[in-house]
Amino acid sequence: MLTRRTTLGLLASLPLAPRAFAQPRLAYDLAAKPLADGIWMIEGATDYFSMENGGAIVNVTLMKGDSGLILFDTGSSRRYGDALNTLARGLDIRGISTVVNTHHHPDHFFGNQVFADRPIHALGGTRQAALDEGEAFADNMYRLLGDWMRGTEVVPPSDVIAGGDLTLDGRDFLALPLDGHTTADLALMDRRTGTLVAGDLVFYNRAPTTPSADLPRWQQALDALQAERPALIIPGHGPADPTGESITQTRDYLAWLDSALRGGARSGQDMVELMEMPLPDRFAGMGAQPQEYQRSVAHLFPRIEREELPRGN
Amino acid sequence: MFIRTAFAALIAVAGSAAAALDDPQTVLQDPMGSGMWNYHQKGLLGDPADIRFDDRVVVRAPDSAEDSLNVPLLVDATAIPDVKRIVVSADYGPIPHILTYYPEQAAPKLALRFKIDQATAIRASVETHSGSWHIGSTYIDAAGGGCTAPAHAYASDDWEEKLGEVHGRLWSASGRARLVVDHPMDTGLADGIPVFIIEDLSLQDEDGTPLARLELHEPVNEDPAFTFYFDAGALPASVKVMGRDNNGNRIRGVLTEGELN
Repeated sequence: MLTRRTTLGLLASLPLAPRAFAQPRLAYDLAAKPLADGIWMIEGATDYFSMENGGAIVNVTLMKGDSGLILFDTGSSRRYGDALNTLARGLDIRGISTVVNTHHHPDHFFGNQVFADRPIHALGGTRQAALDEGEAFADNMYRLLGDWMRGTEVVPPSDVIAGGDLTLDGRDFLALPLDGHTTADLALMDRRTGTLVAGDLVFYNRAPTTPSADLPRWQQALDALQAERPALIIPGHGPADPTGESITQTRDYLAWLDSALRGGARSGQDMVELMEMPLPDRFAGMGAQPQEYQRSVAHLFPRIEREELPRGN
Repeated sequence: MFIRTAFAALIAVAGSAAAALDDPQTVLQDPMGSGMWNYHQKGLLGDPADIRFDDRVVVRAPDSAEDSLNVPLLVDATAIPDVKRIVVSADYGPIPHILTYYPEQAAPKLALRFKIDQATAIRASVETHSGSWHIGSTYIDAAGGGCTAPAHAYASDDWEEKLGEVHGRLWSASGRARLVVDHPMDTGLADGIPVFIIEDLSLQDEDGTPLARLELHEPVNEDPAFTFYFDAGALPASVKVMGRDNNGNRIRGVLTEGELN
C-alpha cells in the first residue's frame, strides 16, 4: 500500500538534485549509570521530543538476571533499541535476556523491534493499547523525529503478565498493575534492593504528560506506590530518587493541574486563555514546561469543562 | 496521497509562470506566505477592494495542535471599531470556512474550537460596517486528520439523547457568556456519515433581540464551545440560546449567572 510515509520515502530517494552537503549519521549517546548492585539506569533528557534529542527523553533501567540483563522499556526508535543492545553487551557479554514495557507510550516501547526474539512482558491493557494506538503514534513520531525513526516498526509486547509475585530471568519482583497515566501502567519493585521501576506514574523535575491520563486514578496509583515504601524510585522521566520526593511532586502537580483547569472552567475561560496562564514557580522550572502544561489543557479541559458548567436546558 | 504530492509539485512549477490571471483586485503581501490566501480572499470574502492585513486583529492559538479534533482559537478584534462580522478560516483543509461571527451587541472577540486537517495558516477576516476588511493571522502546526475522523459521539449509544444539550453560564461582572452545545458536527468527510452540523446559533435577550450571532460550518469542533465577551455589567440576568442544525433540530437553552455544578 502506498502510504504517506512510503511515498515521502520514495520521493526523498529520487535523485532530484545533488546533495549540497552530507549529513552526519544520527547516533544516540547512551550512558548506563550504576544505581545499586546489578542495576543501571539510562537517564533521558527532560525535554519534549526533538530533532536534537532524537526522542531519547525516557529513563531506561537494566537489572542483572540469571542469563543476561532484564531491560525495562526500550526507548523511542529502532535505532535507540540498537544502541541499548550494544550498551548492554558492554555491561554483560550475554546482553539482554528479557524485556518489560511499563506502558504503551511510544518513547517506552518503540525499541521493541530489536528485541522481538526475546520475551517482551507487559500488562494485557498495555498490549491492547499498543495494538490500537501504535500506528498513530508512529505517524506522529516520524513527523517529530524524522530520520531518527528510520526503519522503526511498531512491535507490541508479546507476553502478558498479571500483578503480584513475578520472577523474570531468575530475579524476583512485585508487579503492581496500576493505571491513571494510561489505561495500564505497570510498576515493578525489585525484591532484592527495594528499587521501584515506576514507569510514567512518577515524573521528577520533568512535567508529567497526560495524553491518556485519568487524574483521580493516577492519584490512587501514587498512593499504592507510596505504600510499598521503595528504597529507590526510578521515575519514567527525571533523576532517580531515594527520598520519595518524586511521588510527592507528581501528586502535587497533578492536583494543581486538576484544580487550575476546574477553576478556569468555573470562571468562563477558554483553552487559549488557560494555556497562556503563567505556571506557579514550583512547576515553571520543570523540564518540558510550559509545553506539557499546554498539552494537558488540550487533553483534559474539554471533559472537565463539561463537568463544571451547569446545564442550560 | 501520491497524487496530491505530485500535483503540489506541478503547481509549484507552473505557478511561477502563470501569474496574475486569478489575482484578487487588491493583491496583498501575505505575512504567512501560505500560497492560498489570494484564492480565499476572492472565494470566502468576495474579492473586496478595501482590504489589508492588520496587526490589530489578534488570533491566538497554540503553535501546534495537540488534539486535531479540538484546536482552541481566540480571535480578538476589539481594537477595530464598528465591526460587522468576523470570518474565521483555515488556508489549507478540505473545508476552509470555519465560522462567521456577527458580534451584534457583544465585543468583536470570540473563543472557539475547531477541527484541523493539516498544518495551516488560520485567518480572522474582520469586516466593518463601512465595508473595509482587516485580516489577522496565525499559524498552527498539526499532525492532521481532524476533519476526516468520525465523531467521538458515535462511540457511545446515547448520543441522540444528548443532542442539543446546552451547558453554560453568564459571568456578568467580567462580561462573559460561555456555552457548550452537544452535537456531532459531522463534516461529511468520514466514510458513510453525511454532513450533520449546527448552522445557526445565537444569544438573545428575553425579547428575542440578538446579542451575538454565529454561522457555523463543518470544521467547528464536535460539541461546539464558545466564549462571548460583553462589557462588564452589560449582560441581562438571563440570555436565551437559539439555534438550528441542518436536519432541522432546534437548539434551545437559557444561560444565567446560576450555580456551578
